[in-house]
Amino acid sequence: MGLRGSTAIIGIAETAVGKVPDRSATTLCVDAALAAVRDAGLKLSDVDGLVTCNSMAQPHMYHAEAVAEYLGIRPRYCATAAAGGGATLTVLYQAALAIDAGICDTVVISMADSLRTGLSREQAMIMQSSSGHAQYETPYGATVPGYYALIAQAYLHAYGASPEHFAAVAVSGRQHACLNPAAEMRKPITIDDVLASRLIADPLRLLDCSLVSDGGAAVVLTRADRARHSPHAPVYLLGAGEGRGHEHISQAASLIHSSARQSGERAFLTAGLKPADVDFAQVYDCFTPVVLIEMEDLGLCGKGEAGDFFLRGDGAPGGRLPINTHGGLLSHCHPGNPGSMFAVAESVRQIRRGAGERQVKDAEVGLVHAQGGILSSHCTVILGSEKTL
Amino acid sequence: MTQSKPLPPVDAQSRAYWAACNEGRLLVQRCEACSQIQHYHRVLCTQCGHDRLIDVPVSGAGTVRSFTIIRRAVSSAFEADVPYVVALIELQEGPTIMSNIINTPLEQIAINKPVMLTFEQRSETIAIPQFQIVETSR
Repeated sequence: MGLRGSTAIIGIAETAVGKVPDRSATTLCVDAALAAVRDAGLKLSDVDGLVTCNSMAQPHMYHAEAVAEYLGIRPRYCATAAAGGGATLTVLYQAALAIDAGICDTVVISMADSLRTGLSREQAMIMQSSSGHAQYETPYGATVPGYYALIAQAYLHAYGASPEHFAAVAVSGRQHACLNPAAEMRKPITIDDVLASRLIADPLRLLDCSLVSDGGAAVVLTRADRARHSPHAPVYLLGAGEGRGHEHISQAASLIHSSARQSGERAFLTAGLKPADVDFAQVYDCFTPVVLIEMEDLGLCGKGEAGDFFLRGDGAPGGRLPINTHGGLLSHCHPGNPGSMFAVAESVRQIRRGAGERQVKDAEVGLVHAQGGILSSHCTVILGSEKTL
Repeated sequence: MTQSKPLPPVDAQSRAYWAACNEGRLLVQRCEACSQIQHYHRVLCTQCGHDRLIDVPVSGAGTVRSFTIIRRAVSSAFEADVPYVVALIELQEGPTIMSNIINTPLEQIAINKPVMLTFEQRSETIAIPQFQIVETSR
């Protein structure tokens, strides 16, 4: 029958985010897993699959296995996402395939890290420089913002765009975060605030860059027929798709066209939907220009038009297509690899109609997109309510 | 303690590339079968999969495909250089290479500007390809 509607998310949870020095990265992962199982109305003994991501602050050689041991469970299906970004969503999609294939019935996907308080400043800098190609990029001293700034500069040049277009993404994300009590950054900002923040790597300024946080989030995914007895309305996985271009930015065929195009097309195809059917979207926002390129490649905006979309407030609360309704990586939190798990949890909350002040009206279909590397590996997931089946 | 700038971890396939850099030549690979020119050194052509690749020195001319000015150094090794420029250079021969743009006032740097190859001697055996803006006659 295929992926569409064969699995559903029945439990979600998030830990405190920001500075959480009293919980280790492993404990945050365990906390999120336990809370998500509770939210699903299940017991740990109901769980036969576990997926985590490795932690930079507290790595394990076999991370998911280490968390399973900690929890005292012996899952039939166990996997660790090696990286963040797109890989975060890829494991969700693969867990759905594992359930669909009959390998397991109920998978907890829990991801956490403590990049804010668990890493030394020097470790954090080393982590940054490790994202380039060791022979052909790292010797030049770029930072992660620096690699993304190469994309930003190319975007400005290609479309005659301005830094205001980037700033509008940060402002929109902050407007959502202001309505989210769990968000790390809740003070309203203006375009002028973004443009007055200090340059990190031209043209990117501090407020164009996502946060560095502690925190974790988890979801419980189960077979659709089991989902019907859950305490909360199940949120179905309707479609998923992946797309890959390069790994290192110096090998990118284009700096302004990404493989979000392929991942989006594949996700819409499996979901049997089109961009106009989406009620809200969580679009990976490690840096503001990335959101513009992804929005365009996903077909949510025309090429070169996403900046104006945000300047008009179309992605803001109450806008035409609310984007990053929890505040995203820019304003909610960004603990590295787990980043997109918060976007998944938020999407479920929106479709459950449990998002409080920031609830999107008539939220039936949500899109979550993530990318990892430097605009390299993309994954798009489409979620929907029972009505959309 | 200030750390030193990173050196490329040279491997068996890149030895010729880095040895040539140390002699002031930048090599790309040309596929004997389909003539594709590629950077970096590999054991196959990414266009046709052929495994006969010939080392070809580039002219050294290129243009700025994109660039950024790093205001916050990646490590203490680069702190003295702040602000420094990281760029993607499109070589005249086709491939893109990451590099720094050095010996150039920041305001002269823009996308599509012509650049010329130079080298920075980083150790006795390693010279890093670098670029500078070529001032066109007005």
